[in-house]
Amino acid sequence: MKKGYLSVLINGLLKENPVFVLVLGTCPTLAMTDSATKAFGMGIAAAIVLICSNMVISALRKIIPDTVRIPCYIVVIAGFVTIVQMAMQAYMPDMYKSLGTYLALIVVNCIILGRAEMFARENGIFRSALDGIGMGLGFTIALLSMATVREILGAGSFFGIAIPFMKNYTIPFFTQAPGGFFVFGCLIAVVNVITKGKAIKKKEFGCEGCPSYAVCHVEKIAKEEQ
Amino acid sequence: MEYFKSLVVILMTSVLVNNYVLNKFLGICPFLGVSKKLNQATGMGIAVIFVMLVATAVTWPIQIFVLNRFGLEYMQTIVFILVIAALVQFVEIVLKKYIPGLHKSLGVYLPLITTNCAVLGVTINNINDGYDFTQSMVSSLGCGLGFLLAMVLFSGVRTRLESENIPKAFQGLPITLLAASIVSLAFFGFGGIVDNMFK
Repeated sequence: MKKGYLSVLINGLLKENPVFVLVLGTCPTLAMTDSATKAFGMGIAAAIVLICSNMVISALRKIIPDTVRIPCYIVVIAGFVTIVQMAMQAYMPDMYKSLGTYLALIVVNCIILGRAEMFARENGIFRSALDGIGMGLGFTIALLSMATVREILGAGSFFGIAIPFMKNYTIPFFTQAPGGFFVFGCLIAVVNVITKGKAIKKKEFGCEGCPSYAVCHVEKIAKEEQ
Repeated sequence: MEYFKSLVVILMTSVLVNNYVLNKFLGICPFLGVSKKLNQATGMGIAVIFVMLVATAVTWPIQIFVLNRFGLEYMQTIVFILVIAALVQFVEIVLKKYIPGLHKSLGVYLPLITTNCAVLGVTINNINDGYDFTQSMVSSLGCGLGFLLAMVLFSGVRTRLESENIPKAFQGLPITLLAASIVSLAFFGFGGIVDNMFK
């Protein structure tokens, strides 16, 4: 059953939000959300890579042999990450510096490889692009919402602009590493309440595409090997 | 002596202060996924140390002698990820053939960390920080040890969590993240240790 274009697009925003519902790409989510500017940059960079790699992989889906598909996907994704890196270094040097290594680490972001494996492999170019846009926006929105909480509480500012009253009562805990875990945990709990516990179901997403699939399924794989 | 001191500082910094999992948020997926049981956490940690060391030993010369020499620095991301992926597969095959005992205990975890962000992160960070070969290896060892330490500590915390009565909304991942937050807060206490070590 093929879903309509609109639902493909909207899926990533709420129902299958990559961060809060599917809990993918946790590393950049935690590391890049201490300020809204960083979160926005990271979200957009990952979204661009996701859209482009989705389209290319979908275009090549009949050419890439099944057995070596994961390495092929990684090469495509790494290529686009390099393009984004170079473009950002040229036009937004400040942003490039603040994102640092995490920009290169978009390569191993499970969201991108996961979407290639789950969606782009089986769908046309246009649908894959829409899926990339939806997922990319969902990722950006999730990062921004986390960064909003952390920056306002922790630094008393938003996008680097100081908020008059909050500025005097900051809680630095939130911009530091432990605050990242804390806010992320609380937000997932909030999503749990809103969706009444129906949200955390990864089964349909198919973890197989994620680089750390095996990590999460050690027991299952160990059993299969025996 | 100065050089030796710098090695100790790099080691202590990467194990305790800039812990990859708890402070830099790299390798969160295995940290949350495999830390349920102590033996799994230890196996995973040791495998990560091993892969980090091998990956650094290979990527550092590639960066210095190939990429830098021929002006190909922009290829870093692509080259590193492919080299690491191929290397891990290769190591796994060699272990399986020649040291089956070691393969049995570490083998399950090896292919899993091919594209772990901590491994790619440590190789890139070593280059960015301008370390020489020995410093890079020490830094990788430190990051791996830090990962192992965090995994082992956290598996203890999680064992206790399992038997607790947790509010419904927080069950599963949220409470795990809150616990990670507290463990991470504990590591903040190590903040001043490196600055004051040689005073």
